[in-house]
Amino acid sequence: MIRWALLLLGGCLLGGVVHIATIIMLPRTATRDAYARLEPITPVNTVTPLPPPTSDAAAMPYMDPAFASAICRYDLSQGPMKLSVPVRTAYTSVSFYTNRDVAYYAINDRAAGRRVIELDLMTIEQHNQMPEEEDVTAADRLIVESPSLTGLIAIRAMAPEPGLMPQAQSAVAAAQCRRSDDVKGSR
Amino acid sequence: MRLLLGTLFVLAVGAVIGLSGTYFALKRGAAFGALTIGAWTAWPKTGTVDADPYARASIARIGLLPTAVGDGITFAAESDDKGKPLDGRCDVVVAGITPSARFWTITLYNREGELAANSVGRHGFTSQEIVRGADGSFSIVAAPRAQPGNWLPTGGIERYTLVLRLYDTAVGVSTRAGREVPMPSVTTRGCP
Repeated sequence: MIRWALLLLGGCLLGGVVHIATIIMLPRTATRDAYARLEPITPVNTVTPLPPPTSDAAAMPYMDPAFASAICRYDLSQGPMKLSVPVRTAYTSVSFYTNRDVAYYAINDRAAGRRVIELDLMTIEQHNQMPEEEDVTAADRLIVESPSLTGLIAIRAMAPEPGLMPQAQSAVAAAQCRRSDDVKGSR
Repeated sequence: MRLLLGTLFVLAVGAVIGLSGTYFALKRGAAFGALTIGAWTAWPKTGTVDADPYARASIARIGLLPTAVGDGITFAAESDDKGKPLDGRCDVVVAGITPSARFWTITLYNREGELAANSVGRHGFTSQEIVRGADGSFSIVAAPRAQPGNWLPTGGIERYTLVLRLYDTAVGVSTRAGREVPMPSVTTRGCP
């Protein structure tokens, strides 16, 4: 009797370990998370507008139908990125996610305080390697540090009324995200 | 033989308890730091790098991108103020005011997070579209058939979730449930 009680206790302890292990492992093995859903439809390092969610189809569950959205799936292994988003409608926001869908930064049009939201995205190492003087002249530049090499930038513009949706869609479609080197080279 | 039987028993108990615990935790959304006000629940920490393992697992399983804290906050209601699950065949009234925010939207989803199909193609309201009373409060009726005022069609689905998103708001990680965050009431008015 005592033997079975001890075995049951052992089983419960093992159950706890299994529970914690599966919870921690799940985000790494998930095949239907937002990043995995968006990866096939979004080319890397460019802005891809997402189709508005309908009752038949949506890129992700729980998308807000009042927003026009676009995704920039980034890969910083080749160098930092530059992002610019025009502010045209009532409310525009830019949210940054790691490749495990963890939101690490977000900014909206009012916090950015301009007609265009402009940001530099780089890893912590790339930020540390930046030349000192460039950091000073770029004092008004907003630098975002990504904790991961790859991830997602969600660009979203609100249409307070359905009639303003085309305007919101054109605003997110006009957003640009590209490697900083390419921007310099084109000048 | 006894050793083998014992080992198998321990492994079986471990697998059943561990996996069912994970299943129910994800199904119920058992992340830490829930902010519950009336029928509404939000997990502000889910939109930050401090998201706990339960929140991360839940996000990965559902497949959504959480609302980041610098953007806004997402409240969801699956049942009314009395705990009755939201039923698309009933008239449900969402009335009152919201915490201060630059904009808010309210959206009706089925339990899978898809927009509920309906004949008029309306899935929610924004704070600008809503018709308000003289005192600034509003009243939305989620019902299967057309209603005067702010009608949110349910399409007659059995179970649905209402999601209230506040954008550019002070409500966040440090918010405690209380009088400073007024949320609209959710009342089931009548079922056929």
